[in-house]
Formats: sequence, C-alpha cells, structure tokens
Amino acid sequence: MPEASLLVDDVRLSLGGRRILDGLTFHAAPGAVTALLGPNGAGKSTTIRCCTGLVRPDAGRLTVLGHAPGSPDAAARVGLMPQSTGAWSGIRPDELLRYLASLYAHPHRPEDLIAELGIGPFARTPYRRLSGGQQQLVNLAGALVGRPELVFLDEPTAGLDPHVRRHTWSLIRRLADAGVAVVLTTHAMDEAATLADHVWLLDAGRIVVHGTVAELTRDASLEDVFLTHTGGRAG
Amino acid sequence: MSLDLSPRAAAAPRPARLLHHARVEVGLQLRNGEQLLLALVIPVGLLVAGLLWGRPLGVDPVAYPASILALAVWSTSFTSLAITTGFERRYGVLERLIATPLSRADLVIGKALATAAVAAGQVTLLAAVAAGLGWRPAPTASGTLVAVAAALLASGCFAALALALAGRLEATVTLGLVNLIYLAGAAGGGLVLPVAAYPEAARLPVSLLPTAALGESLRSWASGGVEPGALGVLGCWLVLALLVARKAFRWTA
Repeated sequence: MPEASLLVDDVRLSLGGRRILDGLTFHAAPGAVTALLGPNGAGKSTTIRCCTGLVRPDAGRLTVLGHAPGSPDAAARVGLMPQSTGAWSGIRPDELLRYLASLYAHPHRPEDLIAELGIGPFARTPYRRLSGGQQQLVNLAGALVGRPELVFLDEPTAGLDPHVRRHTWSLIRRLADAGVAVVLTTHAMDEAATLADHVWLLDAGRIVVHGTVAELTRDASLEDVFLTHTGGRAG
Repeated sequence: MSLDLSPRAAAAPRPARLLHHARVEVGLQLRNGEQLLLALVIPVGLLVAGLLWGRPLGVDPVAYPASILALAVWSTSFTSLAITTGFERRYGVLERLIATPLSRADLVIGKALATAAVAAGQVTLLAAVAAGLGWRPAPTASGTLVAVAAALLASGCFAALALALAGRLEATVTLGLVNLIYLAGAAGGGLVLPVAAYPEAARLPVSLLPTAALGESLRSWASGGVEPGALGVLGCWLVLALLVARKAFRWTA
C-alpha cells in the first residue's frame, strides 16, 4: 500500500466547550478517492479545517503529505474546495483563477480549467452574481489550479445540475487516476458509492464504521448503513 | 486534448506571491464604489471646498491640505482595510487562502503593500489637486523625515487597529463601527482640526491620540516645522495596536 497522503490519528478538538472531534482516526491514500460521510455537525468541515492548519487540534497526530498541517511544505501541495463562498464578492472567475495560479510554480493554465469546467460563459461575471452551482465550479477550479497532490473537496457537487454533476464526478475520478489523493465530503450517498475507493463514516467526531463501498454495502445500501450507524439531528 | 491532472505542486517564489496578492487587493479596492468614496471623493471634496471657500472660516491654506493628506492615510489604513478584511473573513476568503502557498505572514505583508500603494496614490493625487489650487508647503529636510516616519508609523498603527476590529467582529458590525470611528477620528481626533483649535481641557487627551499625532506632524511639516514628539505617541500606539491585533485576530468569521 502506498504511503498515506493524509494521516489523522486520534485527533481531539473542543470548540466553545463542545467536543467536535473525539478521537478521529482515518487516512487517505494517493491515487484514491476517500469519502468522509456523516450527518450535519458530525465534524467533517472541522476536520478539513484541521487538515489545512486553520484549526489546531487539542490532541492527536495529523500529517499532511508528511508535514504539519498549514506548514509551507504542506500548504503548497494541497488544494481546497470550501463548502461556502471562499472568494471576494467582486472578483471575476478568470481573475480569481489567474491570481490563484500566480501563487504556484507550475499551475494549470486558467483558461484550460475554465474550458474543462465550462466556466467560460460566466468567467467575467463578478463572483457575487454567480449562481450557487457556478460558484461551486469556480471553487473546484481554484482547488485544482495549483496541481495539488492532495485535494479536499467539501461537498463538491451541492447545487450542481445532473449534467454538471456527472461531469464533475468524471473529473474527480480522473484526478484520482492521475495520482492525486482526493478527500471528499458529501451527503449524497450515490456520489460516495460511485466515486469512493474507501468510505469513512463519521458521527459525533469519531469514525463509526469504514470500508470499501463493496464491503459496506454487502447486506444493505450505503444510505441504510449511514442511517444505522449515525445519529440523526432532525426532529 | 484533456487536461493533464497529474500532481506538480510547488509554490511560486515569495516576491511573486506578495506582488500578485497586493495587485489583486489594489484592483478590488479601486473597483469598489464605497472604497473610492472614502479614498478619493470625500478627501478631494473637503480639500477643494476648504481651499476655495474656507479662508473666511479661518482655514489655514498651508496646514489644511496637510490635514487632508492625514485624513487620506486614516481612511485607507484604517477604515478601508477594516471593511475589506471583515468581509474577507465573512466570505471565507482568508480560510480559502490559508490552503495555498500564501502564508499568514504573506497575507499581512500583501495587505500592507496594497494599503501603502493606495495611500501613496491618494497622497500624490491630493497633493497635486492642492498644488493646482495654490498650495505651497514650505517643508524642511528634517521636517520631511519626521513627517514620513510619522505617516509610516501611523499607517501601521491604524492598520493594526483595523485588523484587530475586523478580525474579531462580524463584518456588518465592523462596517458600522469603523465608519463611526472614522468620523470621530476625523472630526474630534485632531486629524483635520489642529489640536490648538480644541478647548483647553481637551488638548492634552486629544494630542495623545494617534490621529492627532499624524495630523499635527503633517501640518507642522507643511509649515516648515518639526514635530518629533508625534513619533513617540505613534510608536507607543503602534506597539499597543500590534499586540491587540495579534491577540484578537481570527481568520474565520
């Protein structure tokens, strides 16, 4: 097995007196799509924030491409697609991608990513005027522009229409096939079932079950596995 | 031909990162109507009105333009910076940029470069407008040195205060509060009006404000004087503001 691109070992974190991560342990390998599933508030986005160095865990070990999260060696080699905005409201997509590309030594050409993701028709529209789905595509392009070795995609297809969603799935698969370690959070079970090489099910800040999709769905659908092992917050 | 997605990640050289970041920030500021109002429209309006019609009201034609230059440094280094940073936190821009080769220090330096560039542009334009309206300052070499040092210290101090507020408060609260502080500093903080124009009892407290220290320093420069005491006041405020900003700033909203 290749060395893990991301290692999360017994990570604990409390924020505002509330335990968010409670002994979280998982890993992500290069050339594979690793899905992190869990209900709202399970700690998925916080986990990504720990992995980018934005939040420092209280305890545990976390290494990103063999380095401390947020260190220069790690930060230059990861890509992040945030769940929410992540861009200046007045910036245009082509301008944002050119700027992000300028931070890297060997980036993708912004125009190639614009073509690949179909951003062209709205490349000169200020970010605040884009639809949620269009913003998602720009954020995805921003995550890939530096040619990362490890990419975090926080609910990458939320708000996308089925055509764009399928195209994005194909792009994510191609990323992994090209050797990138992809860490994906999603609420869409079909997305996880289609894309993931390994699924980690997170609830209340810890992994409750994990395995390949085939292993997890031997006796039930992935959604049933999800419902069985995680606590609902609704109602 | 489909895109080659194989990894080839590496950071661009630091000077390039800083330059590109500063350039984006300057571009966004110059495109923002509210920022332009603060940076140019208000100072130019005050300058023209004061020089054309202020003489009967006691406006000093040599010191007044220097006060407006101080106002420009105040609006760019404090108000504009606080507003843009507050909304960057709200929109997750800072959180997004953390996961790039741009380090936290790069972000702060990039912001400083952008702020300095906008302030330099403002001061140049305002000085040109004032000169066109007949302003003839009479600075000495030592006065110029002290005034430049005061402007740099003040800019750093205002920026640190801006980051302390914007890095802690919600963006809309920051927006309202910094506009209020902008007006208070301009009108009552010794920035536009000389400290001597305040009531006797208020002069000492006002003179200890960083806004007054900058205003007095630039007015003194324009009139051929030197105001070295302002450097001490601004130095103390800068240290204090940096400590508060370091403690208060949060990268996410």
